[in-house]
Amino acid sequence: MTSQTQRPLSPHLQIYRPQLTSVLSILHRATGVALSVGALVLVAWLVAIAAGPAAYYQSLSFFGSAWFKLLTAGWAFCGFYHLGNGIRHLAWDVGWGFELSQAYASGWAVTAFSFVATALFLVLAFA
Amino acid sequence: MSLKTPLGRVLGLGSAKDGTGHWWAQRLSAVALVPLSLWFAAALVALPDFSHPTLTAFLAGPLNGALMILLMGVLLYHSKLGVQVVVEDYVHGAGLKVVTLVLLTLVHLALGVVGILAILRVSFGVVG
Repeated sequence: MTSQTQRPLSPHLQIYRPQLTSVLSILHRATGVALSVGALVLVAWLVAIAAGPAAYYQSLSFFGSAWFKLLTAGWAFCGFYHLGNGIRHLAWDVGWGFELSQAYASGWAVTAFSFVATALFLVLAFA
Repeated sequence: MSLKTPLGRVLGLGSAKDGTGHWWAQRLSAVALVPLSLWFAAALVALPDFSHPTLTAFLAGPLNGALMILLMGVLLYHSKLGVQVVVEDYVHGAGLKVVTLVLLTLVHLALGVVGILAILRVSFGVVG
């Protein structure tokens, strides 16, 4: 269906001031898509391991690079955010935390958890 | 005035195509991924290094191999359900939408088979 309507349409998303709740909502979807790409790379890593030592050490030119470390940091953040916010969603699914104050409190809690868990994970895994 | 029966009118409304199956499967796989992803993060932290002998020894452990296979299966299933909704929301045109969904389903299936086979090869000691 092609639309060439000239009449006024409902306001576009960017006209609204961003709120924590709406930003976290779209971030859940964005991190989910990023993690799907991460799953593909995880499979590639497993294949490299299963291909034997020689192939694995060759693959380290990619998996061992500084660029890949940066990507891993990104996926770690996406993972911890999607995990934390996913639990927030599951709580909503059972009917908990729908009050506006609770939605903001859980939103900030998830934000804090994502940064702290990512930092902790990266320090413990790579340092 | 419509001559449709009340039932006929209701059946013509909306296009859910399936019931709550997708919603429920997404929640169920999400719940399973909470312990599995935390285990995977902890396992990565616990590895002394990322050398080939370390990684093969890790995957050769029976519990590690089983959990890794579970993680791959549930992760890719959850990923498929998630990107399916994204495509349904943002890809317009029935033809392109169906083609994208079919491709994404097959890619997820292939990734699952390839990933699990890789784990099994290491678990069964095919890789030294």
